[in-house]
Amino acid sequence: MVLELQKPRPIWQIMFSTHHTDVGLLYLITSLAFLFLGGTLALAIRAELFFPNANGGYQIIADSMTFNRMFTVHGTTLIFLFILPFASAVGNYLVPIMVRYKDMAYPKLNAIAFWMIPPAGALIWLGFADFTWYATPPYSIISAPGPAADMWIFGLKILGISSVLGAINFTVTILKCKHPDMSMGQVPLLAWSFLTSSLIVLVAIPTFAAALLMLLTDRLGVSGFFNPAMGGDPIAYAHLFWFTFHPEVYVLVIPAIGMMYEIIPRFSRKPIFSHSSGIFAFVLLSMVSFSSWAHHMYATGMSFTEKTVFMIGTLAAVPASAMHVFNFIATMWNGRIKFATPMMWAVGGIALFFSAGAGGVVNAAMPLDFQTHDSYWVVGHFHLFVMGTIAFGSIGFFYYLFPYVTGRMYNERMGQIHFILSFIGTVLVFFTQHVLGLYGMPRRVYDYPPIPEWITMNQIASVGAMIIGVSMAIFLINMIYSSGKGKLADTDDPFNLGGKYYYPFEAKNPHH
Amino acid sequence: MGHHSNWPEWVYVGVVIALMCWVGAEAWNAERLVEHIPADAEVIKVTGQQWFWSFEHEDGTKEIGELHVKVGKAYKFEIMSKDVNHSFNIHDYVVLLDAIPGRVNTVWFAPMEVGEHDIQCREYCGLIHYNMRGKLIVEEAEPSS
Repeated sequence: MVLELQKPRPIWQIMFSTHHTDVGLLYLITSLAFLFLGGTLALAIRAELFFPNANGGYQIIADSMTFNRMFTVHGTTLIFLFILPFASAVGNYLVPIMVRYKDMAYPKLNAIAFWMIPPAGALIWLGFADFTWYATPPYSIISAPGPAADMWIFGLKILGISSVLGAINFTVTILKCKHPDMSMGQVPLLAWSFLTSSLIVLVAIPTFAAALLMLLTDRLGVSGFFNPAMGGDPIAYAHLFWFTFHPEVYVLVIPAIGMMYEIIPRFSRKPIFSHSSGIFAFVLLSMVSFSSWAHHMYATGMSFTEKTVFMIGTLAAVPASAMHVFNFIATMWNGRIKFATPMMWAVGGIALFFSAGAGGVVNAAMPLDFQTHDSYWVVGHFHLFVMGTIAFGSIGFFYYLFPYVTGRMYNERMGQIHFILSFIGTVLVFFTQHVLGLYGMPRRVYDYPPIPEWITMNQIASVGAMIIGVSMAIFLINMIYSSGKGKLADTDDPFNLGGKYYYPFEAKNPHH
Repeated sequence: MGHHSNWPEWVYVGVVIALMCWVGAEAWNAERLVEHIPADAEVIKVTGQQWFWSFEHEDGTKEIGELHVKVGKAYKFEIMSKDVNHSFNIHDYVVLLDAIPGRVNTVWFAPMEVGEHDIQCREYCGLIHYNMRGKLIVEEAEPSS
């Protein structure tokens, strides 16, 4: 198909190209670079929390403000600069081929959407704001130091526009440019995942775009939308923020599930158990994603009725998610499964997706939420989604895509070691953090009192994080070495599955 | 795709939906009971500010960083904030509610045993958020009453 690195071209030819695989390559490299940057911050955070500072424990990070800036940029980076661009990379490579079109619908718009990401990333990293990825007012208005906060606001604004442009492009490509012989029911589930997640982006993002502008003018002192001292209401921001960012969770997770739908049937050497129920579950998820945003706000003093409504809306997302898990398991059932690296990541991701979903039911149940809210439970819970499910699906898919991008095979054993270490590390970090939350440790803390249970569990989590760090170093070495010196891939069937089981990537879209 | 039967999936979805209905009903019922504030609860005004908690009892007594209450009595917290968002939390008694400037949030509890418990802030509020802590001291009730 693409073989980007097999036929070397000058880098500016790739940078100024509007061809979908070139833009895909740019997205891919950018997102992986930010994965390593954001991951490094996570390791520093875990290192700091290994010891409490009391009783002669020592500090890795000199002061709490630096720590606060680090977890803010860690979260912002991995959500907006790793997960979203990675999904765009996969979509750029495969969506036009899957709907049998020569390119994305708007190639120039596609390149523009990508080129908004590096300046936004630069704003976020050079600013290094401290007000958490949620930018809570009134803290973000009256207390957060500028210009870091303002740079973060502009960075997010640019990323929002980039997301909307990308979403328009995917929607039009799939709905308007697919081959006329192909019905919507025949469109592969990966392309369906991009369609549904793009539609969520188009509905959800404008709300936060408005909130960001209001936050900026509040910071400038010319308005008081969210500033109680000027008659505003911080809760209004919470609603606007979560109306965008609860659905955004589904924007992140749906393409990852789509990637698993690509991997699992091929490595099980069986067709998907039910294509139509996969489509149904995607569409259902994209709709119920809008019914649950205020479950993040139970503790802001909502009325009993409001809490009940949003609890029901949240629980409504469970059956659709469970349908995906069923579909995966039913597909693997009686299959001739080949546990190559991509399949290991996908199966591990499903297991962690199930665990994360079960934890989500606990959070949704009102009385239990008051145990878990804003504690380390929440940190563990959403990391099981973003790391355990989304990053696992994405990394698995990266291995799957590797031969098509580079024309070479990665080192299979290193890929498997990467998975095993990451899986162990993920369980150690995030399952432990659930328990830590039940012991009452608040999130976003630079230090904690030397309570024996807290110390033990923080240390288990930190060791787990270092194991993930080691696995990611192996990943990096494997990628760099194999893309230059790996053995040449058999592009007809790189994973030895028996030709008919894998997607017809031989479909070529020549550069134009 | 073939024409295989899909009934196992629908049975499974039915089970999941039934399970969610049960979780939702139980949660609704428990929350309804938990939120019912007893009429004789004594009011304590709680104020969060960067980075400490202060308390005002019904009789006008004020405390900073420490809160003394009597065992077996019901208390209603009226939680406010002077600057940014905080979250008032006594984890051992599952007392958790945000302190938001411009609003008064109420939550109640009734300590059952004499002892000391941690009070902490659970919503990010800046530089010393990690150390915005206090002590709840539950004392023996006066014998006269």
